[in-house]
Amino acid sequence: MSITYLEAIQAAQDRALAQNESVYIYGQDVGSFGGAFKATKNLAAKYPGRVIDAPISEDAMVGSAIGATAEGMRPVLEMQFADFSTVAINQICNQAATQFWRTGVPCPITVRLPSGGTEGGGPFHSQSMEAIYAQYPGLIVLTPATVEDAYSMLLEAIAIDDPVVFCEHKYLYYHLKADQLPSKNLPVGKARIARAGKHATVVTYSAMVHEALRAAEALEEEGWQIEIVDLRSVKPIDTDTVLASVARTGRLLCVSEAFPWGGVNAEVIARVTAEGFHLLDAPPKRLNAKDTPIPFHPDLWKTHRPASQSIAASLRELLRY
Amino acid sequence: MAEADIKDTNPESRDSASKYQTAFRYMLLARIFEERAASLYRAGKIMGGVFMGKGQEAFSVGLGLALDHHRGDVYGPLIRDQAGRLAFGEPLIDAARTYLGSVEGPMRARDGNVHRGNIAMGLIPMISHLGSHISVVSGRLIGKRFTGQTGAIGGVCIGDGGTSTGAFHEALNQAAVEKLPLIIAVADNQFAYSTPTSRQFACKDLVDKAIGYGIEGHSIDATDLSLCLDTFEQAATRARDGQGPQLIIGHLLRLCGHGEHDDACYISAEKKQQAFGGDCLDLARQQLIEQDWASLTDIEQWTAKIQEEVEQATSSAQREPGPDPFQESWQALSTQRLAEGHTRA
Repeated sequence: MSITYLEAIQAAQDRALAQNESVYIYGQDVGSFGGAFKATKNLAAKYPGRVIDAPISEDAMVGSAIGATAEGMRPVLEMQFADFSTVAINQICNQAATQFWRTGVPCPITVRLPSGGTEGGGPFHSQSMEAIYAQYPGLIVLTPATVEDAYSMLLEAIAIDDPVVFCEHKYLYYHLKADQLPSKNLPVGKARIARAGKHATVVTYSAMVHEALRAAEALEEEGWQIEIVDLRSVKPIDTDTVLASVARTGRLLCVSEAFPWGGVNAEVIARVTAEGFHLLDAPPKRLNAKDTPIPFHPDLWKTHRPASQSIAASLRELLRY
Repeated sequence: MAEADIKDTNPESRDSASKYQTAFRYMLLARIFEERAASLYRAGKIMGGVFMGKGQEAFSVGLGLALDHHRGDVYGPLIRDQAGRLAFGEPLIDAARTYLGSVEGPMRARDGNVHRGNIAMGLIPMISHLGSHISVVSGRLIGKRFTGQTGAIGGVCIGDGGTSTGAFHEALNQAAVEKLPLIIAVADNQFAYSTPTSRQFACKDLVDKAIGYGIEGHSIDATDLSLCLDTFEQAATRARDGQGPQLIIGHLLRLCGHGEHDDACYISAEKKQQAFGGDCLDLARQQLIEQDWASLTDIEQWTAKIQEEVEQATSSAQREPGPDPFQESWQALSTQRLAEGHTRA
């Protein structure tokens, strides 16, 4: 048996709906059509009345989900593309994220964001929004890189009492496969060592984990052992695991598909330099997408985002220092 | 507040007299409390702002009284709904504590003035982004539908300016699609801060929007308390009976600034002489007397009692402790293990 990253997301929602009657799914085309990417395939028929098509109203989708939590519901929202969540950013960041702190009443919503670039996606179907949401207090932001994490972290997201922004990567939807779904996994909030090494650490997440793994293989042929930390969760960041890795390697490269200004890379580097300056043998480096909108043409897109070759090149520079 | 004797012998008109009296007293309580809050603001005792419902009390109380939180009804008030909040059942002390920054208040001094609520009671704690509370109330109705709580309705209030937001449009359309038992009260008070309605929308009457959404609409003179009470009561019945969202436009004039920091120099004296420019509280007082539902002495007694109640609430809130930054958890998540507050940088 083999299961894709996308099928794992469907399976997690299936299990959540089966296990907990308070779970419902709301989003555009998620009903009998099964979602633009088929992440809710067959669920409307299996759980009548609990997988509901929404009008093209991201603000009202999230607002109503917030209200439903006060009646004991645990809504799972599908944004058709992460990029469209900007329409709902007010409800997510100002309404959902502030509720517990203002009132003491938790707001357990899960907002699924089909994120990241794919060939031909262009400026408005390719964005990586995690840093924007991570910046706001009151939100948890998850970025699964594996089939196992897509499944177990989505189940955990739905069970968490706080609002969770679940950034699932579209590039991984069909290409990433696992033999089976996990029965247990690391909890949310813990990073994973995706590859052990001793010469440099790459801290990354989501689709970039796989690009970094390919870069590490290339560098292994040159005699370098690269350690890769998959953050899994960008809010909170597992700073301890990152620092422990940097303590082993003395060198840090942060890789993210998001735009370069601020963001997860900047945050990790700030933490490592502030809390582990003495561990560093070289200035930390970061590699992001370029500071332009995301291009449509595949040849431009491939250069716009970090990829195994550019990661390998950055690592070589880091190791030369 | 003591009931005044109602001499009418006809039970139906006695009921309306009693309801009118109740509504009037909530309006009076709201007005006197807000005037006290404004004076505390001017004295530097209240930080941030004070937002008054002066001129809007009849419309506000109409919605508040039409809802019953004991039946599971949900209320999403906005900044000029002190009267509606009281009628819905929010204790006066919650208002005083939130304005005065007491940690005993529902928002524990983390949020202030009109940004207060009580989620368990069905009172939505508004955020400042206009229109965004409507879909939250809708969501509670959707949640009630899922959990089989039948018979409950929701009510939200918004101003003319708030109808220009995307959130308002998305929420009304969503409520219509879901056929929710939701009353949307739009207080068209002729100004959004300083912007007149001519710069806000181009339709003749905001009630015309109801046709576009496929919902029922009503447009009323919101300075007339009787009309407000009847309209909201009928709308509540229709919503409970499954007739879907009810849009009620109340025409009135804001008789104060946007907040106490604003002298409302842009509202001309003539405006107050024009249609809907009257003070609903004065008009209701006249009505009470003309209908022989209360005497001047009754009203004076109510006023004295209310003043005492307001004084008690504000002075008690002032004596309570404010927040202690050193005792504050500074954590925005309920899941403690995932909070980032420990960041050592």
